[in-house]
Amino acid sequence: MDGDLDKVFKALAAPERRLLLDRLRAENGQTLGELCQHLDMSRQAVTKHLLLLEEATLVVTIWRGREKLHYLNPMPIHEIAERWIGKYERGRLRALAELKAKLEGETNG
Amino acid sequence: MAESEFVYVTYIRTTPEKLWRALTEPEFTRKFWCDTVQESEWKPGASWRLVIPDGRVADTGKVVEIEPNRKLVLTWQNHLFPEMTAEGYSRLTYELEPAGGTVKLTVTHTMDRSESKLVKAVSIGWPHILSSLKTLLETGESLAGTDRWPKEI
Repeated sequence: MDGDLDKVFKALAAPERRLLLDRLRAENGQTLGELCQHLDMSRQAVTKHLLLLEEATLVVTIWRGREKLHYLNPMPIHEIAERWIGKYERGRLRALAELKAKLEGETNG
Repeated sequence: MAESEFVYVTYIRTTPEKLWRALTEPEFTRKFWCDTVQESEWKPGASWRLVIPDGRVADTGKVVEIEPNRKLVLTWQNHLFPEMTAEGYSRLTYELEPAGGTVKLTVTHTMDRSESKLVKAVSIGWPHILSSLKTLLETGESLAGTDRWPKEI
């Protein structure tokens, strides 16, 4: 379903939204208030970005009592990887990514 | 964070009935869930276990809640890795909701402790298994590599 894929790429095409995904990756299941902390964005802006992420199912929400918690959903990105990365390439790509992280880590101190 | 939790949502072009069978019946799980089978009477309080191809029991638990074609809640303890066994029971929930010609499948895996090794370990496997399940139901073929148990485990 390429229409869904358009939504995913559109949602990923903004640094603010990628930052929100990073925040959820660091700590999954946050409220809007928690996500807004330490972010240089208005609550309204965060709400708008979260809506686009939700429409792309990159973020899913679950109610826990009166709290609405936001979770990173890895499925859309996984499906993109499945579509363009063969299973035999995956191991080599992981090794290269690890090498890159290691070398860049050394350079940066 | 008091608990470890992962949530996976995928939309599958199928019916709730067919998805339910795929999640519970060996004929399907062998194809997309690494050649494993589940043994359970599938009723509240019944025991549940996941058996891998060499006959070892990888995970065990109980059926907490079951509403065919809609919801299944299992407790889940791993037995292949001592450090995961020591964490006790996690909780796995499947929810199936019709969504305009597709079924929205939500899979939640939770453990009442922070930094759970089990939840972290399965968070690598679940996306792979669930996208294979989606591909199997939509095309009749599961994804390469998900029809057999990984050699290294």
